[in-house]
Amino acid sequence: MSVIYVLWLRELKRYIRSRAQIVASLGQPLLYLVALGFGLGPVFQKAGQGNYVQFVAPGIIAMTVLFSSIFSGMGLLWDRQFGFLKETLVAPVPRVEVMLGKVLGAATVAMIQGLLVAIVCFIAGFRVVDVKAVPAALLFMGLIACLFSALGTAIGSAIENIQGFQLVMNFLVMPIFFLSGALFPLSNLPGVLSVVTRLDPLAYGVDGLRTTLIGISHFGLAADLSVLVVITTILLFTGSYLFSKIQA
Amino acid sequence: MIQVKNLVKKFGEFTAVDHISFEVGRGEIFAFLGPNGAGKTTTIKMLTTLLRPTSGTLEIDGLDPGAHPNEVRKRFGIVFQDPSLDGDMTAWENMEIHGVFYHVPRKVRVERTEQLLRLFELWERRNDQVKLFSGGMKRRLEIARGLLHTPKILFLDEPTLGLDPQTRNQLWTHVKYLNQTEGVTVFLTTHYMDEAERVAQRIAIIDHGKIVAEGSPEELKRQTGKESLEDAFLVLTGSTVREESATNADQMRQMAKMWGNRR
Ligand SMILES: Nc1ncnc2c1ncn2[C@@H]1O[C@H](COP(=O)(O)OP(=O)(O)OP(=O)(O)O)[C@@H](O)[C@H]1O
Ligand SMILES: [Mg+2]
Repeated sequence: MSVIYVLWLRELKRYIRSRAQIVASLGQPLLYLVALGFGLGPVFQKAGQGNYVQFVAPGIIAMTVLFSSIFSGMGLLWDRQFGFLKETLVAPVPRVEVMLGKVLGAATVAMIQGLLVAIVCFIAGFRVVDVKAVPAALLFMGLIACLFSALGTAIGSAIENIQGFQLVMNFLVMPIFFLSGALFPLSNLPGVLSVVTRLDPLAYGVDGLRTTLIGISHFGLAADLSVLVVITTILLFTGSYLFSKIQA
Repeated sequence: MIQVKNLVKKFGEFTAVDHISFEVGRGEIFAFLGPNGAGKTTTIKMLTTLLRPTSGTLEIDGLDPGAHPNEVRKRFGIVFQDPSLDGDMTAWENMEIHGVFYHVPRKVRVERTEQLLRLFELWERRNDQVKLFSGGMKRRLEIARGLLHTPKILFLDEPTLGLDPQTRNQLWTHVKYLNQTEGVTVFLTTHYMDEAERVAQRIAIIDHGKIVAEGSPEELKRQTGKESLEDAFLVLTGSTVREESATNADQMRQMAKMWGNRR
Protein backbone atom coordinates (compact mmCIF):
# COMPACT_ATOMS: atom_id res chain seq x y z
CA MET A 1 0.00 0.00 0.00
CA SER A 2 1.36 3.39 -0.83
CA VAL A 3 1.24 6.50 1.27
CA ILE A 4 -0.84 8.37 -1.29
CA TYR A 5 -3.35 5.53 -1.34
CA VAL A 6 -3.83 5.23 2.44
CA LEU A 7 -4.24 8.97 2.82
CA TRP A 8 -6.70 9.06 -0.07
CA LEU A 9 -8.62 6.23 1.55
CA ARG A 10 -8.57 8.07 4.86
CA GLU A 11 -10.31 11.09 3.35
CA LEU A 12 -12.92 8.85 1.81
CA LYS A 13 -13.60 6.95 5.02
CA ARG A 14 -13.91 10.17 6.97
CA TYR A 15 -16.42 11.40 4.44
CA ILE A 16 -18.53 8.27 4.50
CA ARG A 17 -18.50 8.19 8.31
CA SER A 18 -19.83 11.73 8.64
CA ARG A 19 -23.34 11.11 7.35
CA ALA A 20 -24.79 14.15 9.06
CA GLN A 21 -22.26 16.27 7.26
CA ILE A 22 -23.14 14.79 3.89
CA VAL A 23 -26.78 15.66 4.34
CA ALA A 24 -25.97 19.12 5.69
CA SER A 25 -23.63 19.94 2.83
CA LEU A 26 -26.26 19.00 0.27
CA GLY A 27 -28.76 21.37 1.84
CA GLN A 28 -27.10 24.54 0.65
CA PRO A 29 -26.94 23.69 -3.07
CA LEU A 30 -30.50 22.47 -2.85
CA LEU A 31 -31.59 25.80 -1.38
CA TYR A 32 -29.84 27.70 -4.17
CA LEU A 33 -31.40 25.50 -6.78
CA VAL A 34 -34.91 25.83 -5.45
CA ALA A 35 -34.82 29.49 -4.37
CA LEU A 36 -32.93 30.80 -7.37
CA GLY A 37 -33.96 28.26 -9.96
CA PHE A 38 -37.62 28.66 -9.35
CA GLY A 39 -37.57 32.16 -7.81
CA LEU A 40 -35.62 33.88 -10.56
CA GLY A 41 -36.88 31.59 -13.31
CA PRO A 42 -39.72 33.83 -14.54
CA VAL A 43 -37.53 36.98 -14.65
CA PHE A 44 -34.83 35.11 -16.51
CA GLN A 45 -37.35 33.78 -18.96
CA LYS A 46 -38.82 37.25 -19.55
CA ALA A 47 -35.37 38.63 -20.27
CA GLY A 48 -35.22 36.17 -23.12
CA GLN A 49 -32.47 33.99 -21.56
CA GLY A 50 -34.39 30.74 -21.51
CA ASN A 51 -34.88 28.27 -18.67
CA TYR A 52 -33.04 29.37 -15.50
CA VAL A 53 -32.91 25.94 -13.82
CA GLN A 54 -31.21 24.69 -16.96
CA PHE A 55 -28.79 27.62 -16.82
CA VAL A 56 -28.00 27.57 -13.10
CA ALA A 57 -27.64 23.80 -12.55
CA PRO A 58 -24.05 23.61 -13.86
CA GLY A 59 -23.25 26.60 -11.62
CA ILE A 60 -24.73 24.87 -8.58
CA ILE A 61 -22.76 21.72 -9.34
CA ALA A 62 -19.59 23.79 -9.64
CA MET A 63 -20.41 25.52 -6.37
CA THR A 64 -20.81 22.21 -4.58
CA VAL A 65 -17.48 20.98 -5.86
CA LEU A 66 -15.83 24.29 -4.92
CA PHE A 67 -17.06 24.33 -1.32
CA SER A 68 -16.50 20.67 -0.73
CA SER A 69 -12.95 20.61 -2.07
CA ILE A 70 -11.85 23.78 -0.29
CA PHE A 71 -13.39 22.48 2.91
CA SER A 72 -11.73 19.06 2.71
CA GLY A 73 -8.43 20.57 1.64
CA MET A 74 -8.49 22.82 4.64
CA GLY A 75 -9.19 19.75 6.77
CA LEU A 76 -5.46 20.09 7.33
CA LEU A 77 -6.39 22.68 9.94
CA TRP A 78 -8.36 20.08 11.85
CA ASP A 79 -5.50 17.62 11.56
CA ARG A 80 -3.35 20.31 13.11
CA GLN A 81 -5.91 21.06 15.82
CA PHE A 82 -6.36 17.41 16.79
CA GLY A 83 -2.66 16.61 16.45
CA PHE A 84 -2.68 14.03 13.68
CA LEU A 85 -0.69 16.43 11.51
CA LYS A 86 2.39 15.80 13.69
CA GLU A 87 2.21 12.09 12.92
CA THR A 88 2.27 12.82 9.19
CA LEU A 89 5.02 15.41 9.53
CA VAL A 90 7.54 13.11 11.20
CA ALA A 91 6.83 10.18 8.89
CA PRO A 92 9.75 9.22 6.64
CA VAL A 93 7.86 9.88 3.42
CA PRO A 94 8.23 12.75 1.00
CA ARG A 95 5.80 15.42 2.08
CA VAL A 96 4.68 15.87 -1.49
CA GLU A 97 3.17 12.37 -1.29
CA VAL A 98 1.30 13.25 1.89
CA MET A 99 0.02 16.37 0.20
CA LEU A 100 -1.01 14.49 -2.94
CA GLY A 101 -2.90 11.87 -0.95
CA LYS A 102 -4.75 14.65 0.79
CA VAL A 103 -5.55 16.55 -2.40
CA LEU A 104 -6.73 13.48 -4.29
CA GLY A 105 -8.86 12.40 -1.34
CA ALA A 106 -10.43 15.83 -1.01
CA ALA A 107 -11.02 15.98 -4.76
CA THR A 108 -12.69 12.56 -4.78
CA VAL A 109 -15.01 13.56 -1.96
CA ALA A 110 -15.86 16.77 -3.82
CA MET A 111 -16.61 14.78 -6.98
CA ILE A 112 -19.01 12.53 -5.09
CA GLN A 113 -20.76 15.57 -3.61
CA GLY A 114 -20.95 17.14 -7.06
CA LEU A 115 -22.49 13.99 -8.53
CA LEU A 116 -25.07 13.81 -5.76
CA VAL A 117 -26.08 17.40 -6.49
CA ALA A 118 -26.19 16.63 -10.22
CA ILE A 119 -28.70 13.91 -9.44
CA VAL A 120 -30.75 16.38 -7.39
CA CYS A 121 -30.63 18.82 -10.32
CA PHE A 122 -31.86 16.09 -12.62
CA ILE A 123 -34.80 15.44 -10.31
CA ALA A 124 -35.53 19.20 -10.29
CA GLY A 125 -35.91 19.10 -14.06
CA PHE A 126 -32.40 19.72 -15.33
CA ARG A 127 -31.60 17.94 -18.62
CA VAL A 128 -28.27 17.48 -20.38
CA VAL A 129 -28.44 18.49 -24.04
CA ASP A 130 -25.95 15.92 -25.31
CA VAL A 131 -25.28 12.72 -23.35
CA LYS A 132 -22.02 12.14 -25.26
CA ALA A 133 -20.58 15.26 -23.59
CA VAL A 134 -21.07 13.90 -20.06
CA PRO A 135 -17.53 12.42 -19.77
CA ALA A 136 -16.13 15.83 -20.70
CA ALA A 137 -18.31 17.40 -18.01
CA LEU A 138 -16.94 14.91 -15.49
CA LEU A 139 -13.44 15.91 -16.52
CA PHE A 140 -14.26 19.53 -15.76
CA MET A 141 -15.72 18.58 -12.40
CA GLY A 142 -12.54 16.66 -11.66
CA LEU A 143 -10.39 19.64 -12.60
CA ILE A 144 -12.40 22.02 -10.43
CA ALA A 145 -12.13 19.51 -7.58
CA CYS A 146 -8.35 19.13 -7.93
CA LEU A 147 -7.76 22.85 -8.33
CA PHE A 148 -9.63 23.85 -5.20
CA SER A 149 -8.44 20.90 -3.12
CA ALA A 150 -4.91 22.00 -3.90
CA LEU A 151 -5.84 25.57 -3.00
CA GLY A 152 -7.47 24.42 0.24
CA THR A 153 -4.41 22.38 1.18
CA ALA A 154 -2.10 25.27 0.34
CA ILE A 155 -4.13 27.61 2.53
CA GLY A 156 -4.38 24.99 5.26
CA SER A 157 -0.58 24.76 5.28
CA ALA A 158 -0.10 28.49 5.43
CA ILE A 159 -2.55 29.47 8.15
CA GLU A 160 -2.35 27.97 11.59
CA ASN A 161 -5.68 28.40 13.27
CA ILE A 162 -9.33 27.71 12.78
CA GLN A 163 -10.20 31.42 13.04
CA GLY A 164 -8.39 31.94 9.77
CA PHE A 165 -10.84 29.59 8.13
CA GLN A 166 -13.72 32.07 8.41
CA LEU A 167 -11.58 34.78 6.86
CA VAL A 168 -10.72 32.57 3.92
CA MET A 169 -14.34 31.61 3.45
CA ASN A 170 -15.60 35.20 3.49
CA PHE A 171 -12.86 36.93 1.57
CA LEU A 172 -11.75 34.28 -0.87
CA VAL A 173 -14.22 31.46 -1.39
CA MET A 174 -17.44 33.48 -1.50
CA PRO A 175 -16.05 36.00 -4.02
CA ILE A 176 -14.71 33.13 -6.12
CA PHE A 177 -18.19 31.68 -6.17
CA PHE A 178 -20.18 34.85 -6.81
CA LEU A 179 -17.83 36.20 -9.49
CA SER A 180 -17.61 32.92 -11.39
CA GLY A 181 -20.80 33.36 -13.36
CA ALA A 182 -22.31 30.36 -11.59
CA LEU A 183 -25.53 32.32 -11.08
CA PHE A 184 -25.59 34.80 -14.00
CA PRO A 185 -24.31 34.99 -17.58
CA LEU A 186 -20.86 36.54 -17.99
CA SER A 187 -21.70 38.33 -21.22
CA ASN A 188 -22.50 42.06 -21.21
CA LEU A 189 -21.07 42.69 -17.74
CA PRO A 190 -19.80 46.19 -16.88
CA GLY A 191 -16.04 46.68 -17.52
CA VAL A 192 -14.49 46.11 -14.08
CA LEU A 193 -16.64 43.10 -13.34
CA SER A 194 -15.83 41.45 -16.63
CA VAL A 195 -12.11 41.84 -15.89
CA VAL A 196 -12.50 40.41 -12.39
CA THR A 197 -14.49 37.43 -13.61
CA ARG A 198 -11.70 36.65 -16.05
CA LEU A 199 -9.33 36.33 -13.09
CA ASP A 200 -11.58 33.88 -11.29
CA PRO A 201 -10.46 30.30 -11.98
CA LEU A 202 -13.92 28.96 -11.17
CA ALA A 203 -15.34 31.01 -14.05
CA TYR A 204 -13.50 28.69 -16.43
CA GLY A 205 -14.75 25.63 -14.58
CA VAL A 206 -18.35 26.84 -14.68
CA ASP A 207 -17.96 27.71 -18.35
CA GLY A 208 -16.55 24.29 -19.13
CA LEU A 209 -19.43 22.62 -17.34
CA ARG A 210 -22.00 24.81 -19.01
CA THR A 211 -20.51 24.21 -22.44
CA THR A 212 -20.47 20.45 -22.03
CA LEU A 213 -23.80 20.14 -20.23
CA ILE A 214 -26.04 22.68 -21.95
CA GLY A 215 -24.02 23.88 -24.93
CA ILE A 216 -23.63 27.53 -23.87
CA SER A 217 -20.03 28.75 -23.98
CA HIS A 218 -18.33 32.00 -22.98
CA PHE A 219 -14.55 31.54 -23.04
CA GLY A 220 -14.44 28.45 -25.25
CA LEU A 221 -13.49 24.92 -24.20
CA ALA A 222 -9.81 25.23 -25.10
CA ALA A 223 -9.41 28.30 -22.91
CA ASP A 224 -11.36 26.66 -20.07
CA LEU A 225 -9.27 23.52 -20.16
CA SER A 226 -5.88 25.18 -20.40
CA VAL A 227 -6.55 27.74 -17.67
CA LEU A 228 -7.78 25.04 -15.27
CA VAL A 229 -4.85 22.71 -15.97
CA VAL A 230 -2.24 25.44 -15.63
CA ILE A 231 -3.67 26.86 -12.40
CA THR A 232 -4.10 23.41 -10.87
CA THR A 233 -0.47 22.62 -11.61
CA ILE A 234 0.73 25.88 -10.12
CA LEU A 235 -1.36 25.35 -7.00
CA LEU A 236 -0.09 21.80 -6.56
CA PHE A 237 3.48 23.03 -6.61
CA THR A 238 2.73 25.95 -4.30
CA GLY A 239 0.82 23.64 -1.97
CA SER A 240 3.65 21.10 -1.82
CA TYR A 241 6.11 23.84 -1.10
CA LEU A 242 4.02 25.35 1.70
CA PHE A 243 3.24 21.91 3.09
CA SER A 244 6.91 20.99 3.20
CA LYS A 245 7.60 24.13 5.22
CA ILE A 246 5.10 23.45 7.99
CA GLN A 247 6.51 23.43 11.50
CA ALA A 248 4.57 22.07 14.44
CA MET B 1 23.65 8.69 18.41
CA ILE B 2 22.35 12.13 19.33
CA GLN B 3 24.66 15.12 19.49
CA VAL B 4 23.52 18.58 20.46
CA LYS B 5 25.78 21.64 20.65
CA ASN B 6 24.79 25.11 21.79
CA LEU B 7 21.22 24.59 20.76
CA VAL B 8 18.97 27.66 21.02
CA LYS B 9 15.29 28.09 20.25
CA LYS B 10 13.59 31.45 20.58
CA PHE B 11 9.90 32.14 20.16
CA GLY B 12 9.91 35.86 19.45
CA GLU B 13 11.74 37.40 22.40
CA PHE B 14 11.29 34.38 24.61
CA THR B 15 14.12 31.86 24.79
CA ALA B 16 12.65 28.40 25.33
CA VAL B 17 15.93 26.51 24.86
CA ASP B 18 19.07 28.34 25.84
CA HIS B 19 22.45 27.06 24.61
CA ILE B 20 22.15 23.44 25.61
CA SER B 21 24.68 20.76 24.70
CA PHE B 22 24.56 17.03 25.34
CA GLU B 23 25.23 13.66 23.78
CA VAL B 24 23.37 10.40 23.89
CA GLY B 25 25.34 7.28 23.07
CA ARG B 26 24.22 4.40 20.88
CA GLY B 27 22.01 2.00 22.80
CA GLU B 28 21.69 4.29 25.77
CA ILE B 29 18.50 5.12 27.69
CA PHE B 30 18.62 8.84 28.36
CA ALA B 31 16.11 10.78 30.44
CA PHE B 32 15.52 14.47 29.99
CA LEU B 33 13.90 15.84 33.12
CA GLY B 34 12.70 19.28 34.07
CA PRO B 35 9.79 21.29 35.44
CA ASN B 36 6.86 22.36 33.24
CA GLY B 37 7.90 24.73 30.50
CA ALA B 38 11.60 23.89 30.87
CA GLY B 39 12.04 23.27 27.16
CA LYS B 40 11.96 19.46 26.91
CA THR B 41 9.29 19.18 24.24
CA THR B 42 10.80 22.04 22.27
CA THR B 43 14.13 20.21 22.22
CA ILE B 44 12.47 17.00 21.08
CA LYS B 45 10.65 18.87 18.31
CA MET B 46 13.95 20.22 17.02
CA LEU B 47 15.52 16.76 17.12
CA THR B 48 12.58 15.26 15.26
CA THR B 49 12.46 17.77 12.37
CA LEU B 50 9.28 19.46 13.58
CA LEU B 51 10.92 22.75 14.48
CA ARG B 52 13.94 24.56 13.12
CA PRO B 53 16.47 25.68 15.75
CA THR B 54 17.30 29.37 16.10
CA SER B 55 20.98 28.47 16.35
CA GLY B 56 23.31 25.63 17.33
CA THR B 57 23.94 22.23 15.80
CA LEU B 58 22.10 18.93 15.97
CA GLU B 59 23.08 15.47 14.83
CA ILE B 60 21.05 12.30 14.76
CA ASP B 61 23.07 9.26 13.78
CA GLY B 62 25.55 11.68 12.18
CA LEU B 63 22.89 13.54 10.19
CA ASP B 64 21.60 17.08 10.52
CA PRO B 65 17.77 17.04 10.74
CA GLY B 66 17.60 20.41 9.00
CA ALA B 67 19.59 19.26 5.99
CA HIS B 68 18.40 15.64 5.71
CA PRO B 69 14.96 15.55 7.26
CA ASN B 70 13.80 12.40 5.53
CA GLU B 71 16.92 10.39 6.34
CA VAL B 72 16.57 11.45 9.96
CA ARG B 73 12.87 10.60 10.02
CA LYS B 74 13.70 7.05 8.93
CA ARG B 75 15.78 6.62 12.04
CA PHE B 76 13.43 7.53 14.86
CA GLY B 77 10.05 6.73 16.30
CA ILE B 78 8.21 9.05 18.63
CA VAL B 79 5.41 9.11 21.16
CA PHE B 80 4.30 12.71 21.42
CA GLN B 81 3.27 14.41 24.63
CA ASP B 82 0.19 15.87 22.92
CA PRO B 83 -2.44 13.78 21.14
CA SER B 84 -1.58 12.85 17.56
CA LEU B 85 -4.13 10.15 16.70
CA ASP B 86 -6.80 10.39 14.04
CA GLY B 87 -10.03 10.31 16.01
CA ASP B 88 -12.21 9.49 13.00
CA MET B 89 -10.24 6.33 12.24
CA THR B 90 -10.35 3.12 14.23
CA ALA B 91 -7.48 1.89 16.35
CA TRP B 92 -6.63 -0.64 13.68
CA GLU B 93 -6.64 1.98 10.93
CA ASN B 94 -4.40 4.27 12.93
CA MET B 95 -1.91 1.42 13.23
CA GLU B 96 -2.28 0.62 9.54
CA ILE B 97 -1.57 4.17 8.39
CA HIS B 98 1.48 4.29 10.65
CA GLY B 99 2.75 0.99 9.27
CA VAL B 100 2.44 2.27 5.72
CA PHE B 101 4.20 5.51 6.64
CA TYR B 102 7.13 3.54 8.02
CA HIS B 103 7.22 0.94 5.23
CA VAL B 104 6.56 -1.96 7.57
CA PRO B 105 5.86 -4.99 5.34
CA ARG B 106 2.19 -5.96 5.42
CA LYS B 107 2.66 -9.31 7.14
CA VAL B 108 4.84 -7.90 9.89
CA ARG B 109 2.48 -4.98 10.29
CA VAL B 110 -0.55 -7.18 10.84
CA GLU B 111 1.27 -9.45 13.29
CA ARG B 112 2.81 -6.67 15.31
CA THR B 113 -0.39 -4.65 15.37
CA GLU B 114 -2.20 -7.57 16.93
CA GLN B 115 0.59 -8.23 19.39
CA LEU B 116 0.80 -4.58 20.49
CA LEU B 117 -2.93 -4.01 20.67
CA ARG B 118 -3.19 -7.11 22.87
CA LEU B 119 -0.27 -6.01 25.00
CA PHE B 120 -1.91 -2.65 25.67
CA GLU B 121 -5.38 -4.21 25.98
CA LEU B 122 -6.97 -2.52 23.01
CA TRP B 123 -7.51 -5.60 20.89
CA GLU B 124 -11.21 -5.87 21.69
CA ARG B 125 -11.71 -2.24 20.71
CA ARG B 126 -9.63 -2.33 17.54
CA ASN B 127 -12.58 -1.54 15.25
CA ASP B 128 -13.86 1.40 17.28
CA GLN B 129 -13.24 4.96 16.26
CA VAL B 130 -10.53 6.45 18.44
CA LYS B 131 -12.61 9.47 19.38
CA LEU B 132 -14.78 7.12 21.44
CA PHE B 133 -11.82 5.98 23.56
CA SER B 134 -11.08 7.12 27.10
CA GLY B 135 -8.05 9.33 27.69
CA GLY B 136 -5.95 6.45 28.94
CA MET B 137 -6.93 4.22 26.04
CA LYS B 138 -5.92 6.90 23.55
CA ARG B 139 -2.63 7.20 25.34
CA ARG B 140 -2.09 3.44 25.14
CA LEU B 141 -2.80 3.52 21.43
CA GLU B 142 -0.30 6.32 20.92
CA ILE B 143 2.30 4.13 22.58
CA ALA B 144 1.35 0.97 20.70
CA ARG B 145 1.57 2.91 17.46
CA GLY B 146 4.96 4.38 18.38
CA LEU B 147 6.28 0.85 18.91
CA LEU B 148 4.94 -0.59 15.64
CA HIS B 149 8.13 -0.10 13.72
CA THR B 150 11.53 -0.65 15.28
CA PRO B 151 13.48 2.58 14.99
CA LYS B 152 17.10 3.22 15.89
CA ILE B 153 16.05 5.96 18.29
CA LEU B 154 12.84 6.14 20.24
CA PHE B 155 11.65 9.49 21.57
CA LEU B 156 9.14 9.22 24.40
CA ASP B 157 7.76 12.58 25.53
CA GLU B 158 5.95 11.93 28.81
CA PRO B 159 4.61 8.65 27.49
CA THR B 160 3.08 7.65 30.82
CA LEU B 161 1.02 10.81 31.25
CA GLY B 162 -2.38 9.74 32.56
CA LEU B 163 -1.71 6.01 32.46
CA ASP B 164 -2.56 3.49 35.16
CA PRO B 165 0.33 1.75 36.98
CA GLN B 166 -0.23 -1.54 35.12
CA THR B 167 0.21 0.09 31.74
CA ARG B 168 3.16 2.13 32.88
CA ASN B 169 4.81 -1.02 34.01
CA GLN B 170 4.09 -2.74 30.67
CA LEU B 171 5.51 0.19 28.79
CA TRP B 172 8.80 0.41 30.61
CA THR B 173 9.28 -3.34 30.55
CA HIS B 174 8.76 -3.28 26.81
CA VAL B 175 11.05 -0.31 26.30
CA LYS B 176 13.83 -1.95 28.28
CA TYR B 177 13.33 -5.14 26.31
CA LEU B 178 13.64 -3.26 23.00
CA ASN B 179 16.71 -1.52 24.27
CA GLN B 180 18.37 -4.78 25.30
CA THR B 181 17.38 -6.97 22.36
CA GLU B 182 17.38 -4.51 19.47
CA GLY B 183 19.78 -1.92 20.85
CA VAL B 184 17.25 0.87 20.46
CA THR B 185 18.48 4.19 21.81
CA VAL B 186 15.82 5.80 24.01
CA PHE B 187 15.34 9.49 24.72
CA LEU B 188 12.58 10.02 27.27
CA THR B 189 10.99 12.69 29.39
CA THR B 190 8.79 12.10 32.41
CA HIS B 191 7.65 13.79 35.57
CA TYR B 192 7.75 10.54 37.53
CA MET B 193 11.20 10.41 39.10
CA ASP B 194 10.85 6.75 40.06
CA GLU B 195 10.41 5.85 36.37
CA ALA B 196 13.47 7.82 35.37
CA GLU B 197 15.48 6.16 38.11
CA ARG B 198 14.25 2.74 37.10
CA VAL B 199 14.92 2.86 33.37
CA ALA B 200 17.39 5.63 32.58
CA GLN B 201 21.11 5.06 32.50
CA ARG B 202 21.83 8.76 32.24
CA ILE B 203 19.79 11.83 33.11
CA ALA B 204 20.02 15.48 32.15
CA ILE B 205 18.06 18.05 34.10
CA ILE B 206 16.88 21.12 32.27
CA ASP B 207 15.40 24.25 33.82
CA HIS B 208 14.46 27.52 32.14
CA GLY B 209 15.94 26.22 28.91
CA LYS B 210 19.35 25.46 30.44
CA ILE B 211 20.85 22.14 31.45
CA VAL B 212 21.60 22.37 35.17
CA ALA B 213 22.93 18.87 35.85
CA GLU B 214 23.83 15.67 34.08
CA GLY B 215 24.83 12.18 35.14
CA SER B 216 23.60 8.78 36.26
CA PRO B 217 20.84 8.73 38.89
CA GLU B 218 23.44 7.80 41.49
CA GLU B 219 25.73 10.64 40.49
CA LEU B 220 22.91 13.17 40.73
CA LYS B 221 21.99 11.92 44.19
CA ARG B 222 25.59 12.04 45.32
CA GLN B 223 26.09 15.53 43.88
CA THR B 224 23.19 16.90 45.87
CA GLY B 225 23.61 14.70 48.92
CA LYS B 226 20.04 13.45 48.74
CA GLU B 227 18.55 10.00 49.22
CA SER B 228 16.11 10.03 46.31
CA LEU B 229 16.14 11.34 42.78
CA GLU B 230 13.02 13.33 43.56
CA ASP B 231 14.81 15.27 46.31
CA ALA B 232 17.84 15.72 44.10
CA PHE B 233 15.56 17.09 41.36
CA LEU B 234 14.00 19.56 43.76
CA VAL B 235 17.40 20.76 44.97
CA LEU B 236 18.56 21.27 41.40
CA THR B 237 15.48 23.03 40.09
CA GLY B 238 14.18 24.77 43.22
CA SER B 239 10.84 24.06 44.80
CA THR B 240 8.82 26.97 43.43
CA VAL B 241 5.91 25.96 41.26
CA ARG B 242 6.22 27.18 37.69
CA GLU B 243 3.29 29.55 37.32
CA GLU B 244 3.68 29.16 33.60
CA SER B 245 2.24 25.69 33.33
CA ALA B 246 2.16 24.27 29.85
CA THR B 247 -1.60 24.63 29.54
CA ASN B 248 -1.55 28.25 30.56
CA ALA B 249 1.17 28.99 28.10
CA ASP B 250 -0.81 27.23 25.42
CA GLN B 251 -3.86 29.34 26.15
CA MET B 252 -1.80 32.49 25.97
CA ARG B 253 -0.42 31.39 22.66
CA GLN B 254 -3.90 30.75 21.34
CA MET B 255 -4.99 34.21 22.46
CA ALA B 256 -1.99 35.81 20.84
CA LYS B 257 -2.75 34.00 17.61
CA MET B 258 -6.36 35.11 17.68
CA TRP B 259 -5.20 38.69 17.76
CA GLY B 260 -3.02 38.10 14.79
CA ASN B 261 0.22 38.22 16.73
CA ARG B 262 1.78 35.28 14.91
CA ARG B 263 5.26 34.23 15.83
N1 LIG C 1 5.10 27.50 19.48
C1 LIG C 1 5.44 28.19 20.60
N2 LIG C 1 5.30 29.52 20.63
C2 LIG C 1 5.64 30.21 21.74
N3 LIG C 1 6.12 29.68 22.87
C3 LIG C 1 6.29 28.34 22.89
C4 LIG C 1 5.95 27.53 21.76
N4 LIG C 1 6.21 26.24 22.07
C5 LIG C 1 6.69 26.26 23.34
N5 LIG C 1 6.74 27.51 23.84
C6 LIG C 1 7.22 27.90 25.17
O1 LIG C 1 8.49 27.34 25.36
C7 LIG C 1 8.66 26.92 26.71
C8 LIG C 1 9.09 25.47 26.73
O2 LIG C 1 8.00 24.67 26.35
P1 LIG C 1 8.12 23.08 26.25
O3 LIG C 1 6.87 22.59 25.68
O4 LIG C 1 9.38 22.73 25.57
O5 LIG C 1 8.21 22.70 27.79
P2 LIG C 1 8.34 21.25 28.45
O6 LIG C 1 9.66 21.20 29.12
O7 LIG C 1 8.04 20.21 27.46
O8 LIG C 1 7.20 21.35 29.56
P3 LIG C 1 6.13 20.26 30.07
O9 LIG C 1 6.77 19.48 31.14
O10 LIG C 1 5.04 21.11 30.62
O11 LIG C 1 5.73 19.46 28.89
C9 LIG C 1 7.34 27.20 27.41
O12 LIG C 1 7.45 28.39 28.13
C10 LIG C 1 6.36 27.35 26.28
O13 LIG C 1 5.35 28.26 26.62
MG1 LIG D 1 6.64 18.85 27.19
